[in-house]
Amino acid sequence: MGHPIHTLAGAGETMVLNMGPQHPSTHGVLRVLLELDGETVVRAYPDIGYLHTGIEKSCEAKTYSQAITLTDRLDYLAPLSNNLCYCLAVEKLLGIEAPPRAQILRVLLTELTRIASHLVWLGTHAIDIGAMSVLLYCFREREEILKIFELVSGQRMMTSYFRIGGLALEPPPTFLKRVEALVDLMPGRIDEYEELLTKNKIWLGRTKGVGVLSGEDALAMGVSGPTLRASGVGWDLRKSNPYSGYDKFAFVVPTQTAGDVYARYLVRVAEMRESLRIVRQAAEGLPEGPVRADAPGIVLPEREQMKTEMEALIYHFKIVAEGFTPPPGEVYQAIESPRGQLGFYVASDGSAKPLRVKVRAPSFSNLAALPRMIEGRLIADAVACIGSIDIVLGEIDR
Amino acid sequence: MTIRAELESNLIIRKLAAFDPASVVGAELFRDELTIEVQGGAIRRVAEFLCQDEELQFRYLADVTAVDRHPVEPRFEVNYHLYSLLLRQWLRVKARVGSETPTLESVTPVWPGANWHERETFDLFGIRFAGHPDLRRILMPEDWQGHPLRRDYPTEGFR
Repeated sequence: MGHPIHTLAGAGETMVLNMGPQHPSTHGVLRVLLELDGETVVRAYPDIGYLHTGIEKSCEAKTYSQAITLTDRLDYLAPLSNNLCYCLAVEKLLGIEAPPRAQILRVLLTELTRIASHLVWLGTHAIDIGAMSVLLYCFREREEILKIFELVSGQRMMTSYFRIGGLALEPPPTFLKRVEALVDLMPGRIDEYEELLTKNKIWLGRTKGVGVLSGEDALAMGVSGPTLRASGVGWDLRKSNPYSGYDKFAFVVPTQTAGDVYARYLVRVAEMRESLRIVRQAAEGLPEGPVRADAPGIVLPEREQMKTEMEALIYHFKIVAEGFTPPPGEVYQAIESPRGQLGFYVASDGSAKPLRVKVRAPSFSNLAALPRMIEGRLIADAVACIGSIDIVLGEIDR
Repeated sequence: MTIRAELESNLIIRKLAAFDPASVVGAELFRDELTIEVQGGAIRRVAEFLCQDEELQFRYLADVTAVDRHPVEPRFEVNYHLYSLLLRQWLRVKARVGSETPTLESVTPVWPGANWHERETFDLFGIRFAGHPDLRRILMPEDWQGHPLRRDYPTEGFR
């Protein structure tokens, strides 16, 4: 079947403009076909798939543990959120749970991920609209967060730090001190970003009343995360269906009702402050104990045990060489990633490799709602809208 | 799949059975997740009911995807993951479809957000959705041959 845009050729006064896939404001390799009447967008067709790497197919050829490394590469701005969602899904399939210390550390690190991801969004979104300096401020703090990731996992971005049944290893002793320093530093820094933008006349002119999406439309299109909450629907999975111990934390879910680009900006900035609250509570209330579940045959034994105990050595060999076999069944685990409702559907046929891993990417559905935001508006607003829904093409195309 | 006794009192199953008893094939609770299997031909009716019923309100469609159980027939299971903001609950609706002309009715008229998910399922599994407004490939190139997520499609691709 041909592309619907072909029916437009010579149909009237409109012209078709190709935006992307190599365009700085498409945040990756997104292509949007715009049908224009002058500078007004009549219709918009997002075209995706340029980053398709077959991650879901590759997962079927790997053991459950090996597939964790692929999840980092989906939403590369929030690798730990992907790790968490996948690990929770497989843990649910197996019927095991991470120990309390690991759960709280997971919350702490995924909230830091949320802040880091929102910082990239804020910086690049501001550049799209013409405020060049904000990016430098945002990346200054993001660097600090990435250093913390490097401290715990050895990697800045492709962390693979969460494992099935807990964490890869106990964080080093200096970890909490670094986190506390960051939590003390950040509120003042967020004030700085807000001073640059929140009451900036140009910023308001470019974002207020632009790209309005009603709450009803947003839900119908499967939109989630800050984009949904800016449209007046206060749905956050951390509150409605808590996972990994989120029910133990006090935080509010920021919501706005305007549904425009500015509302999405306000929601994400407020979310960063709430995430800091969660990180502080997690750091203060971190329980002692192991960071890996006691599940022989599934969780790798301690290095020291492996060298001294025959049984541990056998388990280690079996997990690495063969993997483990969850019971046949299927699970769907959803979490609130920085971009919205991230879901992993994992089906097992009882073998050591997944029968099917499906990633329900929040950006995928959020992008599908883009035409509703930009049709009838100017091209320049399209750029603001694409930035405001904060998409990552890695998880859209998979 | 059959309905176990303890599930018969479940609100969703009870309401669905009252609405159209022939449409429900079975239900299962695994790891606290409810799966309801429906007749392939009834998927559109069931979707409309689940979305519009005032006590259920499954207005949020998170995902449409498929599992290929090749060489078992019917080989495809199409899964719809729904969420109700009212019940704060997830629900998986499952419909089976065989390898000969795998076709289901589209649910895009019920949930507009299903559009891209059904296109993806068509692209990667070759399952067609009747009544879809724009059923084209979405991730693979337009002229691609075959459907990569089928189990009989090699991971390395055809050379």
